[in-house]
Amino acid sequence: MRGNDIDTDRIVPARFLRAITFEGMETHLFEDDRKMGGPGHNRHPFDVPAYQGASILLVNSNFGCGSSREHAPQAIRRWGIGAIIGESFAEIFFGNSAMIGMPCVTASGAEIKALQDLVERNPRTEIRIDLGEGTCDAGDFHCRISLPPNVRDAFSTGAWDTTSLLLERYEEVDAAAARLPYIAGI
Amino acid sequence: MGTTLLKKVWDLHTVRQLPTGQTQLFIGLHLVHEVTSPQAFDELRRHNWKVARPDRTFATVDHIVPTKVRTRPFLDVMAEDMMASLERNVRDFGLRFAGLDDDRQGIVHVIGPELGLTQPGMTIACGDSHTSTHGAFGAVAFGIGTSQVRDVLASQCLALEPLKVRRIRVTGHLPKGVYAKDVILAIIQRLGVHGGNGYAYEYAGDVVDRMSMDERMTICNMSIEGGARVGYVNPDRTTIDYIRGRAFAPPADQFDRMAAWWTSMASDADAVYDDDVEIRAGELTPIVTWGVNPGQSIGVHDRVPAPADANDPKAIADALSYMGLTAGQPIEGMKVDVAFIGSCTNARLSDLREAARIVKGKRVATHVKALVVPGSVRVARAAESEGLDEIFRAAGFEWRGTGCSMCLGMNPDKLEGDQVCASSSNRNFKGRQGSPTGRTLLMSPAMVAAAALAGEVTDVTELA
Repeated sequence: MRGNDIDTDRIVPARFLRAITFEGMETHLFEDDRKMGGPGHNRHPFDVPAYQGASILLVNSNFGCGSSREHAPQAIRRWGIGAIIGESFAEIFFGNSAMIGMPCVTASGAEIKALQDLVERNPRTEIRIDLGEGTCDAGDFHCRISLPPNVRDAFSTGAWDTTSLLLERYEEVDAAAARLPYIAGI
Repeated sequence: MGTTLLKKVWDLHTVRQLPTGQTQLFIGLHLVHEVTSPQAFDELRRHNWKVARPDRTFATVDHIVPTKVRTRPFLDVMAEDMMASLERNVRDFGLRFAGLDDDRQGIVHVIGPELGLTQPGMTIACGDSHTSTHGAFGAVAFGIGTSQVRDVLASQCLALEPLKVRRIRVTGHLPKGVYAKDVILAIIQRLGVHGGNGYAYEYAGDVVDRMSMDERMTICNMSIEGGARVGYVNPDRTTIDYIRGRAFAPPADQFDRMAAWWTSMASDADAVYDDDVEIRAGELTPIVTWGVNPGQSIGVHDRVPAPADANDPKAIADALSYMGLTAGQPIEGMKVDVAFIGSCTNARLSDLREAARIVKGKRVATHVKALVVPGSVRVARAAESEGLDEIFRAAGFEWRGTGCSMCLGMNPDKLEGDQVCASSSNRNFKGRQGSPTGRTLLMSPAMVAAAALAGEVTDVTELA
């Protein structure tokens, strides 16, 4: 999908956050934008028949800006997207996506545009990304993709669920807390 | 070579370097609310984890709270479900909770500071992007998603990458009618909505030095709208004076020693920054957003841009069309249907006082629906004891109960159809205020008050 600064209120409007689970969140994915369709409007990318079943989302810059709602990447992931390629991502969205196992990788603006053109010309184009090698291949098109090393390693080891890691060596957490004047007193 | 506050706080709270290359950071205060926590509590139950530090955790309810009728069960069954879920979670996990009937209840970013929970030198996290607000105290405060809420509940820690620091010095004097809200809107306009990606923003300069804590909170609150997850102001005498005597302030026999520690955490005079920006206050005018992100703003006397003026003409054209504006049209005189004074950005006592000063003895335009939503029960009580509620009511405003209200459309307060709202909130995204076609103009609370009276966007300077 094209456009810069696509915010999380677009991705999942706030009224659909009135829930206590993430189940079914994908049914509200871009709900307002998708309902704006009709004569004079292009069909929303998530409604284009040829894109059904797609597992990679192509976006432009500052994707996912705004609210910290994890409902946004949850909805995208639950719709069936496994990875997002974009020019840049808002920081909280990027982290939330990584936490739920959906890498957001970056490429240059020109490369993203070339990929978007390619897919629009031929929706059957197969895009392959290799997180370990940092490459993206789509037919004759090739480019480098970036992912911070820690996120890449988390995906290659399957350790993106951080809680257990943070709970290891808990005596060090207690020691850190005991150094803090506002906890230990002064 | 000196050190920034960010680095000092970061180093002090570092537990260890993780094998992932991230830092394990201890979180000194975790604020919890009903929207981003239920799934995290479910995860704790699934793994049989406890909340690691109930003594460093505090919960309240704000986003879904109706501002007219708060009786239970809520009419909205989904909101009732969320409320009941939070009540069950705080009970099961033994957390401190300012619930619906508690006189400490309010918007999470208003009550943290108000209760003295928020203190300098702390790390703070909350499942809400406007957690940056707490940076006004010289805390390092992160907005987080639900998986990270789970991390903090279970371990009181986050796994994070270090941030760069951009100092933004606001210098000179603010002209009459120009407020903290205009300063942060000007910063976002200048640096862009993603300019802060990867940075913490340190707000400094003599204008910020002279600001009250309420004003500093307004500025830090909207850091995230400029892409910066963290924004802060170095603690000083103003900070110390604000905290003294609050419910969770350090005990009297330790207060002065704590205050000395707080100021020692401020950035050193010779600290080195990754970037440094100056904003000249004297050049600012009241600012209004015309578009669909907080960077799309102009001075109240300026004209909205034309697509050809920008490097992203399609985005400008799309925003103009959504807002029902014509390229080159003046923003002054744009008709408003709703005036909203509220939100974690601008619903503190000083905001209400200033707006009340503007509307006192005047009347809201007949076609405008105007509402004031105090940021907390305590703000509401303080305002009422000064008679501000009477001033607003006499002018034709509705005086509502506390909550997030019309900032985001998760409760009964919503725009209808394509209404235009002059709003003291923080986001003008499409559909943000609850109607998929609703239109938001962000501005200072004083400017909202002026717009309510005039029935259109107008310069508050003559009334201020």
